[in-house]
Amino acid sequence: MSKFTVNGKAQDFNGDPETPLLWYLRDIAGMTGTKFGCGQALCGACTVHLDGTATRSCQVQVGSIDGKSVITIEGLSADGNHPVQKAWRDLNVAQCGYCQTGQIMQAASLLKDTPKPTDQQILDAMSGNICRCGTYPRIRAAIKRASGAA
Amino acid sequence: MTRTPEITNVARRSVLLGLAAGSFVLAIRLPARAQEKKFGGEGMPGGVKDDPKLFLSIADDGTVNLLCIRAEMGQGIRTGFQTVIADELGADLNRVKVLQAPGNQAKFGNQDTDGSRSMRHHFLPLRRIAAATRQMLAEEAAAKWGVPVTEVKADNHGMVHGPSNRRLEFGALAKGAAARPVPPADKLVLKPVSEFRYIGKDVPLIDNLDFTTGKAVYGIDARVEGMAYAVVARPPVLGGKVKSFDAAKTMKVPGVLKVITIDPPTPPIVFQPLGGVAVIAENTFAAIKGRSQLEIQWDDGPNASYDSVQYRKTLEEAAAKPGQVVRNNGDVDKALAGAAKRLSAEYYVPHLAQAPMEPPSATARVTADACEVWVGIQNAEAIRTDLSKRFNMPIDKVTVNNLLLGGGFGRKSKPDFASEAAICSHAMGGRPVKLTFTREDDLQHSFFHTVSAERVEAGVDANGKAVAWLHRTVAPTIAALFVPGADHEMPLELAMGAVDNPFDIANFRVENPAAAAHTRVGWFRSVSNIPHAFAIQSFAAELAASLGKDPKDFLLELIGPPRLIDAAAMSDGWLYGEDPKVYPYDTGRLRAVIEKAASEAGWGRQMPKGRGLGISAHRSFVSYTAVVTEVAVSDKGEITIPRVDIAFDCGAVISPDRVRSQLEGAVVQGISLAMLGEISFKNGRPQQTNFDGYELTRIDGAPTEIRAHLVNSAAYDKPLGGVGEPGVPPVAPALTNAIFAATGKRIRSLPIRDQLAGKV
Ligand code: FES
Ligand code: FES
Repeated sequence: MSKFTVNGKAQDFNGDPETPLLWYLRDIAGMTGTKFGCGQALCGACTVHLDGTATRSCQVQVGSIDGKSVITIEGLSADGNHPVQKAWRDLNVAQCGYCQTGQIMQAASLLKDTPKPTDQQILDAMSGNICRCGTYPRIRAAIKRASGAA
Repeated sequence: MTRTPEITNVARRSVLLGLAAGSFVLAIRLPARAQEKKFGGEGMPGGVKDDPKLFLSIADDGTVNLLCIRAEMGQGIRTGFQTVIADELGADLNRVKVLQAPGNQAKFGNQDTDGSRSMRHHFLPLRRIAAATRQMLAEEAAAKWGVPVTEVKADNHGMVHGPSNRRLEFGALAKGAAARPVPPADKLVLKPVSEFRYIGKDVPLIDNLDFTTGKAVYGIDARVEGMAYAVVARPPVLGGKVKSFDAAKTMKVPGVLKVITIDPPTPPIVFQPLGGVAVIAENTFAAIKGRSQLEIQWDDGPNASYDSVQYRKTLEEAAAKPGQVVRNNGDVDKALAGAAKRLSAEYYVPHLAQAPMEPPSATARVTADACEVWVGIQNAEAIRTDLSKRFNMPIDKVTVNNLLLGGGFGRKSKPDFASEAAICSHAMGGRPVKLTFTREDDLQHSFFHTVSAERVEAGVDANGKAVAWLHRTVAPTIAALFVPGADHEMPLELAMGAVDNPFDIANFRVENPAAAAHTRVGWFRSVSNIPHAFAIQSFAAELAASLGKDPKDFLLELIGPPRLIDAAAMSDGWLYGEDPKVYPYDTGRLRAVIEKAASEAGWGRQMPKGRGLGISAHRSFVSYTAVVTEVAVSDKGEITIPRVDIAFDCGAVISPDRVRSQLEGAVVQGISLAMLGEISFKNGRPQQTNFDGYELTRIDGAPTEIRAHLVNSAAYDKPLGGVGEPGVPPVAPALTNAIFAATGKRIRSLPIRDQLAGKV
């Protein structure tokens, strides 16, 4: 049995404790904003904030997060107006959009820790997130746009 | 070679196989009159429909609902369709909602979102749909006011009568207008280009809020009451089968519900599932865990020895010998024999996997008399065709709800994953089942981009002018999916750059030696244009270097003066399905994008040591693209890409921001395949299993700056070209040409990876 919160709501899970948080969120809690891309910490599509830090939810077993707090894209902001989300819309960053919830969660975590990242800090923080559509130049620009405001 | 099977959803492709059998099947099916060749959207299975009552409705509150018949996979077509309808109708963009049409080719016309065709084939039909609706609204308003309809005009979501200064909102007119007859096509008045409000302008992405808040629903996100979840263990080698298996341990995994076998495909394999063992469980993780506990003995079948290192030698040997002649002008042998200088080179591009970020996933519910599928797919009709046959029910009983695609790139043209979901649901007695490919499944069971060897030889006269060109292209063909044993490129593959080469060279021959397919070959964004453009554009730069000429000047010289070339003159029997009279090859447009990319990039500027500029250009999907890439190569051989300029002419641009984003994406995808992309095979098995082995370009490997330049973007008098794919082909050769400029090292084999390490 594992008790934790997702976007502030208490969760009780007594299924297989090895279940990755990713599949708990998607299949059991029915929150599909967190995406599956690789299952191996190679793409970042599944990024959530675990106790405030960007984390690959495909690598976190639900049995190991007792007492922790999870924020997903659905809970990043009440109205979708986190500065990173706004910057993403201002620059029409998305193509297919599939990777973007993970990108946004990663970028929000970066800007929380490093409000004004250098170019190199942006590359370092974001290089774990793959975008097959190739939106990288706009991701970079959107992070700069949100920087200082997040 | 056996007879072409019935392949309804690729009927058009079957014509193009160029095989007597395929043509025969079609010839006996079609009435004599229908044999007149149709082009563009009309030439697609199901054709184009433009009845406004099928696609547009207006609610009492004025909301305009548009049914979008193209799949959204990142190209922005939902925004594009919204733009065209809002503009032509005279509506407020924000009040036009876009709903996705379910699959139904008989009702809605062709929906196959592939081949960079959506706006190319639908710009005018959409305008007709909106113009007809606008006229019906105008007639309704005129009748209400008792004024001549010619005095009524649309104005931002309402109809106005200027002389009496009256206005009625669309919502108030909707019901009456909908009851009016649809005006005939020849009575429609399209808006003058000068009055466009949204077309050709940047507008926000329609799905922006959903994309940034996690509310966007992709195929993999479908949630259907009571559904179970499945993954499949498929034969690791194409053509393999389950010899025996033991699921005892699997059944002990918590949450596992059932284990079933799926039959191997009977040839031709087309888009059938590969067979294997499916594990159905209460959630995806339980299914994956259950699958890991399966003990399966495989019979690997005839492709068990497929080895891509060996196969490369086979391809290269084939490229060294004459092959089937697919284009011939003048006398190449004589011209080569008499040339002052001869040069030849060979190029290699390996198999690739499309690897959309959303792996293939579908949810299906199959009951005794109906199927319903929730999926993100490029070609919904392919699912309907398959399931109606598979479960022996009328096609109207198969409903396909098309959700967003998390990327497609050709992989999601194929319905195999939906068939698997349906097989699982059927086995579960009608309980809905979501089938998901893990990334490992996706990379091991793709419909791979072909592997190819390209050999090019040229002869140059004493004045440095190219007088002979011999191109041999050797690659397994997509046709092998449909015709077992097919071993020559189809006309449509050859006409992706190899034969439709505009170079102004009197003696010109293209040959296509045979190459057998040992894996599933499918299409990957821009398809055979990738290897063809890589070879041709690399070789053009090699020739320039050997003659001591500037690569850009020499490329323009090869292309020759601005002129229109008929497809037939290049033995191009495909032309992307378009009418040769409407779409001649316009070398002036190719030249113009080259000039644009070059001037924007500062071609000819002095470069510091280790830096270089490379250029390339290519027409594909009836659009013209040129790329200039700047690279920096460190003394350790590490490559960085400070900047790429891409100039593009697809004729009129409906959604400039989306076209630019497609070009940016094409540059990144082109760089990804050039730098890193390879699926290799050993013992019949793909050697890459996830993004550690099959690497994709990440933000730190992407160009720092990509600048997209749209040429002729207001040329509404020109026929539209494709957008999604044509950005890709010139990217790889522009990069390797830049590396040559920076280092003097010529890369002829992709991927580049660390080929420069220790050599600079
Ligand atoms: S799905 Fe978790 S990193 Fe890719
Ligand atoms: S927007 Fe499609 S994968 Fe990033």
